[in-house]
Amino acid sequence: MAHAHAHTQDHNDHTTDHYYVPHQSYWPIIASIGLFTLMFGGATMLNGGGGTLLLVGLSLIVFMIFGWFRTVIHESQKGLYSDQMDRSFRWGMGWFIFSEVMFFAAFFGALFYTRQYAVPWLGGETAHGALTQSMLWPRYEAAWPTNGPADIGGFFAPMHAWGLPAINTLILLSSGVTITWAHWGLVEGKRAQFLKGLAATVALGALFLGLQALEYHEAYQELNLTLGSGIYGSTFFMLTGFHGLHVTIGAIILAVILLRGLAGHFTPERHFAFEAAAWYWHFVDVVWLGLFIFVYWM
Amino acid sequence: MNTAAAPTLDDHDHGHHAGPSPGLMRWLVTTNHKDIGTLYLLFSLTMFFIGGAFALVIRAELFQPGLQIVNPHFFNQMTTLHALVMVFGAVMPAFVGLANWLLPMMIGAPDMALPRMNNWSFWIMPFAFTLLLSTLFTSGGGPAGGWTLYPPLVLQTGDAFPFVILAVHMLGVSSIMGAINVIATILNLRAPGMTLMKMPLFVWTWLITAFLLIAVMPVLAGAVTMLLTDKYFGTSFFNAGGGGDPVLFQHVFWFFGHPEVYIMILPAFGVISQIIPTFARKPLFGYASMVYATSSIAFLSFIVWAHHMFTVGMPLAGQLFFMYATMLIAVPTGVKVFNWVSTMWRGAMTFETPMLFAIAFVILFTIGGFSGLMLAIAPADFQYQDTYFVVAHFHYVLVPGSVFSLMAAAYYWLPKWTGHMYNEQMGKIHFWLSVVGVNILFFPQHFLGLAGMPRRIPDYALQFTEFNMISTVGAFLFGFSQLLFLYNVIQTIRGGVKATDQVWEGAHGLEWTLPSPPPYHTFTTAPVVK
Repeated sequence: MAHAHAHTQDHNDHTTDHYYVPHQSYWPIIASIGLFTLMFGGATMLNGGGGTLLLVGLSLIVFMIFGWFRTVIHESQKGLYSDQMDRSFRWGMGWFIFSEVMFFAAFFGALFYTRQYAVPWLGGETAHGALTQSMLWPRYEAAWPTNGPADIGGFFAPMHAWGLPAINTLILLSSGVTITWAHWGLVEGKRAQFLKGLAATVALGALFLGLQALEYHEAYQELNLTLGSGIYGSTFFMLTGFHGLHVTIGAIILAVILLRGLAGHFTPERHFAFEAAAWYWHFVDVVWLGLFIFVYWM
Repeated sequence: MNTAAAPTLDDHDHGHHAGPSPGLMRWLVTTNHKDIGTLYLLFSLTMFFIGGAFALVIRAELFQPGLQIVNPHFFNQMTTLHALVMVFGAVMPAFVGLANWLLPMMIGAPDMALPRMNNWSFWIMPFAFTLLLSTLFTSGGGPAGGWTLYPPLVLQTGDAFPFVILAVHMLGVSSIMGAINVIATILNLRAPGMTLMKMPLFVWTWLITAFLLIAVMPVLAGAVTMLLTDKYFGTSFFNAGGGGDPVLFQHVFWFFGHPEVYIMILPAFGVISQIIPTFARKPLFGYASMVYATSSIAFLSFIVWAHHMFTVGMPLAGQLFFMYATMLIAVPTGVKVFNWVSTMWRGAMTFETPMLFAIAFVILFTIGGFSGLMLAIAPADFQYQDTYFVVAHFHYVLVPGSVFSLMAAAYYWLPKWTGHMYNEQMGKIHFWLSVVGVNILFFPQHFLGLAGMPRRIPDYALQFTEFNMISTVGAFLFGFSQLLFLYNVIQTIRGGVKATDQVWEGAHGLEWTLPSPPPYHTFTTAPVVK
């Protein structure tokens, strides 16, 4: 396991062998104020107020993210980080991704529960379901997709798996290949391969988002499938929407990594920022496979 | 290029023993684990008194039947906010404060693994509670649907609603970052020779707690996000008319909620496992079994959630599964209790204040555990559900459980943190008033619940009067006794008899090898653990 002893590790030109603890930092308190402003603004807006505070909060957060990461990148470039520090970042990113997995798990759980239990019970299946059905909605027949016995949102058609979603699956899977190819390039010191692979990944991410926008447009305009289309619309748009948000974040991260790659920030030995971005991208990819199977296909 | 050869912690602007920044800015921009630990602990103490004040409003209203002091809507705001403040503002941050102060010192690390993120984790909390408590002063008042936020009731909340949801999101962000920091610190910053099975039990319990936090706080975030979209964006997650189900919320919430109660008790187990060996002057009995028991409890916490909702109409197979799984938890918990008792067996015991609180913890937490076992029995739960018996149960595990462990921890480590001994006489008086008060407060609530008094009501039938009166007297006794604790803490920070490095005769572990108070930076060069 990791040892904290200062003098047991080999020297490396790029690193220090001491654990770096910054003396103080203004970024976290700016982050807290920004988050508070964003949340206060968001709540005010939901209550029918204006969006000024929300925008101020958002600007503060963006400013903080730039500033905080700039500080960290400078420190890293100066060689202040030891291998042990690198491992802390790895644990941090790994567990952050795990927390994201659990966030999606809540929505997948909602999908499974409603499909397996709630909807069949509304249709009269099992003893206690039968009572609900006969008392409240005697004519409701359980089926999936559904917008429920009250026909919330009106008649709609579900999204087919084998159109745009299937193309999007191919795009994301390909982006998993290109980013791995980029990583090989980086590790083997083939700069052109690294940059091309990374640029291709960002482009595939953008293409995915473009097609998803098209898909949403089709859903709203042609299928009458909206966020308000009962439980099917709720689970469909919340799951794919949060995934799309994560693709957006992932693509922005990769674009920043591309710029840093162009600036020559990474060496074949030290490039955790790239790896963290790649981990995140693979996570987004795997979530999509879950979506394709359980939301679109089955 | 800085390839620092000397064991320096800092960038070149600051020397080896850089002290804190001057003035109040120190606390806003600090990255020091001791500073941040202090901030967490003081914040928690503040919230403990705010949440306590809400509790006293509740108990004052319940002193007699009828409505005397507050209207029912305000009463409901008090029950809701008392719980939210105590769970997220008092108990959880207190344990994070202990983690900040103690983990690096216990494992021989220079600080927490991610010091800047540590600052952010803390400073989100005061802002989140500003967001939450500001709703009390808006039209319509604060949230009043209970801390469990069940729909459809909670969707009737007025302007407070988005504030509550977004405050919960902020608290989640804070907890997740704090937990990531704890895990990275424990897994990556241990001194040479500090193998996993040599770690103090407090470190072990926090490692497991941090895992629980990262696993379930995002699930709570998902649950409250669904509430938000159901109210404002037309989704039907909890609307049966749209094919959703209000019961779905309960499943998702308690998938978070049950591990959450272990998040509030596992670090308490860790504290007690540090204190009892010290004052029994014996090593902890069954160290390895304590680690395995803690892990088992954490695992089981993920498969018992529906025992909070036996009466919603689950299939029989579900009720049986959750009933048996819940009862299984008694096994590892029993291992722990027996280990503590065995540690004390034939020990050279002394009864300083931390030990008194620790012993009271073992006895009173066990009472809470037994009532939990009663509640786990599904057919019996049909009777207990939503009565004061449930209130009595979880307050026994949380107050003479978690909170007593926090009191014990404060008295135990305060001399280390401040360099001064607290007033032992006053500590003992505080203990006896607390232990008597807490039992007068919560024990009669068992009888009230078994006799059928529902929870979360401002008024009740006449036959419940006597026990409610007794309970309220206990509440005020317990509540005001805590002022003694506050006074003792403040006096200890200001001065007092100088504490030795080891502080307690029987204390062992790296933190006791440091001076009292420890210097601003400790273990800048890692010690070697034999």
